[in-house]
Amino acid sequence: MLGESRLAEIAQQVLRQAKADQTEVMVAGTDSHLTRFAVNTIHQNVSETDVAVRVRSILGRKTGVASGNELSEAALRKLVRSAETVAGFQEENPELGSLPGPKPAQKVDVFVERTAECTPVERARGVEKILKMSRKNQLDAAGAFSTEANETYIANSLGVSAYHRGTVASILTVIMGQNSSGYATAASIDVANLDPESVGRIAVEKALSSKNPTPIEPGEYTVILEEAAVADMLFTLGWMGLGALAVQEGRSFMNGKFGERITGEKVTIWDDGADPRGLPLPFDFEGVPKQKVTLIEKGVAKNVVYDSFTAGREEGKVSTGHSLPAPNTAGPIPLNLFMAPGKATKEEMLASTKRGIWVTRFHYTNILHPVQTILTGMTRDGTYLIENGKIVRPLRNLRFTQSILEAFSNIEALGKDLVLLKDEWNSVGTCAPAAKIRDFRFTGTTD
Amino acid sequence: MRDYANRALNQAQAKGATYADIRIVRRETQNIEVRNGIVQTLSLGDTYGFGIRVVADGAWGFASSHRLENAEIDRVAALAVAIAKASAISKASDVDLGPAECHVGTYTTPMKIDPFQVSLEKKIDYLLRSDKEARAVPGVRVAESTLGLERNHKIFASTEGSYIEQTLTETGVGVVVTAVSEGEMQQRSYPNSFGRHQGTGGYEFAETWDLPGNARRVAEEAVALLSAPQCPSGVTSIILDGPQLGLQVHESCGHPIELDRVFGTEAAYAGTSFLTPEKFGDFQYGSKIVNIVSDAVTPGGLGTYGYDDEGVPAQTTDIVKNGQFVGYLTSRETASQLRKIHPNAPARSNAAMRADGWNRIPIIRMNNVSLLPGTWTLDDVIADTDDGIYMITNKSWSIDDKRLNFQFGTELAYEIKKGKRGRMVKNATYTGMTPKFWAGCDAICNKDYWHVWGTPNCGKGQPGQVAHTGHGAAPARFRNVQVGVMK
Repeated sequence: MLGESRLAEIAQQVLRQAKADQTEVMVAGTDSHLTRFAVNTIHQNVSETDVAVRVRSILGRKTGVASGNELSEAALRKLVRSAETVAGFQEENPELGSLPGPKPAQKVDVFVERTAECTPVERARGVEKILKMSRKNQLDAAGAFSTEANETYIANSLGVSAYHRGTVASILTVIMGQNSSGYATAASIDVANLDPESVGRIAVEKALSSKNPTPIEPGEYTVILEEAAVADMLFTLGWMGLGALAVQEGRSFMNGKFGERITGEKVTIWDDGADPRGLPLPFDFEGVPKQKVTLIEKGVAKNVVYDSFTAGREEGKVSTGHSLPAPNTAGPIPLNLFMAPGKATKEEMLASTKRGIWVTRFHYTNILHPVQTILTGMTRDGTYLIENGKIVRPLRNLRFTQSILEAFSNIEALGKDLVLLKDEWNSVGTCAPAAKIRDFRFTGTTD
Repeated sequence: MRDYANRALNQAQAKGATYADIRIVRRETQNIEVRNGIVQTLSLGDTYGFGIRVVADGAWGFASSHRLENAEIDRVAALAVAIAKASAISKASDVDLGPAECHVGTYTTPMKIDPFQVSLEKKIDYLLRSDKEARAVPGVRVAESTLGLERNHKIFASTEGSYIEQTLTETGVGVVVTAVSEGEMQQRSYPNSFGRHQGTGGYEFAETWDLPGNARRVAEEAVALLSAPQCPSGVTSIILDGPQLGLQVHESCGHPIELDRVFGTEAAYAGTSFLTPEKFGDFQYGSKIVNIVSDAVTPGGLGTYGYDDEGVPAQTTDIVKNGQFVGYLTSRETASQLRKIHPNAPARSNAAMRADGWNRIPIIRMNNVSLLPGTWTLDDVIADTDDGIYMITNKSWSIDDKRLNFQFGTELAYEIKKGKRGRMVKNATYTGMTPKFWAGCDAICNKDYWHVWGTPNCGKGQPGQVAHTGHGAAPARFRNVQVGVMK
């Protein structure tokens, strides 16, 4: 980690070199470490130090982007010239507006020194706690324990200057028997909040209780989805249609629905980049402070998120601070999603279910129809049959093919706990409760 | 560069490594995207750094940095060894890399026209012409034409004496057209979906695929799909076009033959494999006409290279021969592990270890995993099909963690009735179980229809890595398949 003053110095070096009408620079540093285990041993163990510099140059209504990770004066000068050169080759974009001007962003303190300083030995000792439990039960544990410190500095020639640093620690494990498996995960900004033993215990219990799964006919069932499965659907919904570009292009499920009910009234979804329960980044990749945006309120379609470009296309709209890094043709996306919890415990949901299926998490979900929000995927790592309020036996994994909005219209109960689920690929977190949903559609099964 | 490499290897050994390698990688990219007449993306990328992989105390460690300078090399080498020693806390046995691999050589992607030397104006003009053709069709809402270039300059050196230098160049192009009506959205892509079709080679690749000459046709198909009837449900014969079949091979054959998945070391993220070691050489994967190979040498394939990222020379391996499962994709360590179970298995890796840049470790990745061509013409396959669906270009994919239960959707489909192509249908899907599906393969088109399709977006590993893979395929027919899974 280079720190705020060094990142600011790099950004100012870039801006001083710039000759374009407007220039934006993003400097993003990361120190990340990941200890990976499988078959009850650590088999991959990695560390990375990197700083990415991205320059966006605007000449009139033309724009160009160049990125690199070399920090010498000559390399930064070359980067600026590259961005300006490619901008010069552009066609005019009549819709291209100005870069945003400065606005103060809320400071969020999510940097924990002990997470940033966590050593390979500390991670290995945490992993060993999981492996011991797995070995003791004649199971095979796989997973990863990662710790990361990151920092982002955004500046532009109009005076924007925003800095944020944070840490993330996470553990994920899949523990397997001959024909069973269990999963558990935990994430926090503070590595001290992670309890490898608790994560391991949950996964071991699931691996033991899902032994010798039996098939069940595909069809419509009441389901109890644990938080990871709900977060999967929530995150997908955000990418599919909760950004302004999807609406402007007529390809969002929100089109023509604003002010109307699109899910059951138990559902309220918002995006908040400053809420420390998630993995905050209080400004977007243009340096605009992130607003808390209510997307769906008590089942009614309310808003989508904007960046400068999409806000400029609509009368009276301003950026809500949801830009992705340039160049970006996906449009603005909500990356700090929350779903309002309910009042039920998972035990209460179970007790109230006459017949249904308990789902630990989904695997390999993919969109079949974005406007109808139809998603397919498999269950994984602990799927069980519920009868008369009790789990009666483990099931073979099932394939579902289901509209997310339809599922969210059929929610009978939401869990009282909001759980942070970290994306596998990025330091992006979604906070979701468990859910009990009727008439969830399963379309296939596996061995 | 040799000095840096030697310093890293010496430092690692001085700190206690019994094996070490270093990769120094520069990746340059260029991406251009024209969206609805506007050049929305014009970006250049350049990332540079090194990664040191070591075995110390019998366990693995890896550390990487973007600063290629002596003091940083010393720090990173020491950190890699310290990480390996921490890994040893939980080791069950020492890492066994099998026979030493010592190779000195170079490899450069063959190409006619260096794509980075072609002017930006020419590339933008190519995409603008494609965009204009697509948007000439009434009803088109979004047209996206893209061109992507990537060049990786890689140096590999190891304590076993290897020193290898490679320059790999890729070119990719694609057009995606979106048509929208009330409650409906349909897309068509050319030559392949999800951004672009890509291969190793120069700018001649872009010219061969002729986006401007095909954009109007796919735009017309996207608009026509809006009012097409829904794909019917039922069990029938399907014919898959080359790009869709390429992805079917990728998901249901390419992934389950990765020996790291088989041995459980990818279980936490991507999953495991139904092709467990006892099936090696003794499992009917598909019908007798199914022949699948892995190769890293086919010219133009997206998975074509000179050496893998463990420094093993590129080669070709039989995977499925006359329907019988006979081979895995291996690394040095997993090849050695397999041989302990099957003494007749090859002693050496078949060069399938690749890393997504300087900051990731190599893991087993597909190179070009391809279904070999058969003997049919497409017209004859259709004429020979009494009832079925012809499915074209992938739209969605999903498969379970053992690679058995899959479900795919395609952008475009046509009914086949009494040997003739019938009406267009939308939202076509099919689902099945891998061995049963491949057992139903009874016709594969000949080499005139065969092409290596590029998949530039294969995700695997923790932390995540994206690999670029190739899949040779010609259209083929499969019997008794469940279609029309969407409500």
